[in-house]
Amino acid sequence: MSIRIEKTRCIGCGACTNACPGSLLILQEDKKAFMRSPRDCWGCTACMKVCPVEAITYFLGADVGGRGSRMTLAREGVLYRWKIQSPAGAQREILIDRRNSNKY
Amino acid sequence: MEEKQLTTDILIIGGGTAGCFAAAKLGKSGLSVLIAEKANIERSGCLAAGVNALNAYIAPGHRPEDYVEYARKDGAGIVRDDLLLTIAQNVNRITEELEALGLVILKDEEGRHVTRGWRNVKINGENIKPLLAKAARTQKNVTVLNYVNILDLKTVGEGEEKRVAGAWGVSTRERVFYDIRAKAVLIATGGAAGLYRPNNPGFSRHKMWYSPFNTGAGFAMGLRAGAELTTLENRFVALRCKDTIAPTGTIAQGVGAKQVNALGEVYETKYGLSTPERIYGTVEENRAGRGPCYLHTRGIGEEKEQDLLRAYLNMAPAQTLKWVEQGGPNSEDVEIEGTEPYIVGGHTASGFWVSTKRETTLPGLFAAGDVAGGAPQKYVTGAMVEGEIAAAAAAEYARQAELPELDMEETRARLAEVEGHYSASEESLRAEDLEEAMQKIMDEYAGGIHTDYRYNEARLAVAKERIEALEQAAKNLPARDPFDLLHVYELKERLTVARALIAHLAARQETRWHIFGENADHPERSADFDCYINSRMEAGEVVTLRRPLVKGGTYEHTH
Ligand SMILES: Cc1cc2nc3c(=O)[nH]c(=O)nc-3n(C[C@H](O)[C@H](O)[C@H](O)COP(=O)(O)OP(=O)(O)OC[C@H]3O[C@@H](n4cnc5c(N)ncnc54)[C@H](O)[C@@H]3O)c2cc1C
Ligand code: SF4
Ligand code: SF4
Repeated sequence: MSIRIEKTRCIGCGACTNACPGSLLILQEDKKAFMRSPRDCWGCTACMKVCPVEAITYFLGADVGGRGSRMTLAREGVLYRWKIQSPAGAQREILIDRRNSNKY
Repeated sequence: MEEKQLTTDILIIGGGTAGCFAAAKLGKSGLSVLIAEKANIERSGCLAAGVNALNAYIAPGHRPEDYVEYARKDGAGIVRDDLLLTIAQNVNRITEELEALGLVILKDEEGRHVTRGWRNVKINGENIKPLLAKAARTQKNVTVLNYVNILDLKTVGEGEEKRVAGAWGVSTRERVFYDIRAKAVLIATGGAAGLYRPNNPGFSRHKMWYSPFNTGAGFAMGLRAGAELTTLENRFVALRCKDTIAPTGTIAQGVGAKQVNALGEVYETKYGLSTPERIYGTVEENRAGRGPCYLHTRGIGEEKEQDLLRAYLNMAPAQTLKWVEQGGPNSEDVEIEGTEPYIVGGHTASGFWVSTKRETTLPGLFAAGDVAGGAPQKYVTGAMVEGEIAAAAAAEYARQAELPELDMEETRARLAEVEGHYSASEESLRAEDLEEAMQKIMDEYAGGIHTDYRYNEARLAVAKERIEALEQAAKNLPARDPFDLLHVYELKERLTVARALIAHLAARQETRWHIFGENADHPERSADFDCYINSRMEAGEVVTLRRPLVKGGTYEHTH
């Protein structure tokens, strides 16, 4: 699993480059975030949680069963809106209220 | 290459859970504090993805002593009662401090924390690291140096006079070399992942349980500087959801799912319910040809499925994505597997050999969290307690210590070594190639997944010889840029830790814990090994020694 930067959305704020625990993300000369090493991603989603414009998509590698779906995250105040899109176009959303504790 | 010289009263290496909390606690000390962190303290370390519970907590009706008793039993006696007790006495207060920092903790109608079992509170821990980072960064006397990878500890003096003097580091972003002098050093670099071939060795090679960016730097630096380590052979292996390496406890406890084999038989009761026993049972069922093994979730119902999807988004989003892509837990059982072994002092007892005050055997060097040994089951709150204890002891030490003098000769030698990597021929091997070789050797000869975690003397001898050969090869690795250089040093650290681990595995000639240490030559437990196996580096060789069990009271080094 790893992440991709959607260059057309990225506004070059640099937030993700400061969030990655593996220093995998850097800003390039074109002022866009760049993933230096997709195979080294831990999948922690720290970068997605700080991106203001949903420019980072998350996917599962085929070696761990990925079938081409993409996941993005939008922050809406106290809510996290996770969107999962299948290659066939089906979309699924899951809302998480950040004030709520895990129940399990 | 540019050189920078810095001085501080206290240097904290690693701004993770323990490091950030230690810095926050030093806020009123009147001393200057410098955190050197290889990533950025905002989200670095184990807490990057967030956590879903505080695993070290004592529910009403239980005493700190119960916690010690529990951890001692789980660790089959090879633990330090003194260290465990200091942790157990403070975890509830630390939980309150976390709440004051802004952490969401589940409460009942009367305002009491909701516990899972008697040692665990439920939280929304998604933002726990930014909260801790803020507590550290907002102290006036604390300076944060992000993107600096510390390579080695500096020492001054010889024999009895030897003490820590600071550290050398390199930027992970620019060609800059740091020479940091300090009166006292607190090491909190976490444990070691990536020593063994992982469950997913291909594209998703970093889809592992422990942080792949915690590479055992602290263990390696400590050994090279002459400090003593303990109980590395008490490796940690986690039971995880297959492929995604997501936690299984949330499913097992959340919806009461049982472990079943391919025939649908519940096997967990056959082998026991402790962490290693759950994995042991799974390995044994597979060996007997009754795999794959699963958590039996089929038929839990739509509502519980939705709850699980949500719960995993907060801590292991890959699992949620997988369920959405391929069918959820209500329609399919969840396959499980054991991970590759890690060295993690927060879960098992591996790490620096410390006094009750968390001073290592190298004067002036203090350790906390996953890098500190003797106190398993410390988790987030335990790592924070240790950060607090180590911070107080480091402050006391720094107040009476002199700032060490500049030692240009040693520093020149270090700088030359770093520059050597930048100028090495790119036609030679790369760090990535050697990392793969190391992981394969450890997997096949030092008890990885390949051999169902089993090893014997003959295999360990092969592992030792081959790891030593890789250490030689690693001296000439090329680095094109600071990011490459980071990987070169991470590999070198792992090789040092691997060599020490092999020595520890060979020294404990018994099987004390299933899975964590399956010694095929000695498959039984032996009272001869009711002791700690410790190690030190002497003239470049890892030597092991035995120390008697510490049962309560306080422990001070007699050096
Ligand atoms: C995936 C996962 C889930 C967990 N879930 C829970 C849970 O739900 N509840 C719970 O109580 N516990 C949980 N734990 C355990 C807990 O998170 C750890 O025990 C604890 O955070 C360890 O703290 P630490 O400070 O020792 O390490 P970390 O917080 O990992 O800090 C180590 C820091 O050192 C830095 N570093 C490393 N090497 C160098 C170097 N050479 N130079 C400079 N900096 C360096 C790293 O970047 C990192 O920031 C979990 C652990 C993991 C991995
Ligand atoms: S998911 Fe985590 S490891 Fe991967 S790029 Fe984002 S921050 Fe880095
Ligand atoms: S956080 Fe988002 S917008 Fe900012 S640099 Fe990263 S990808 Fe681009």
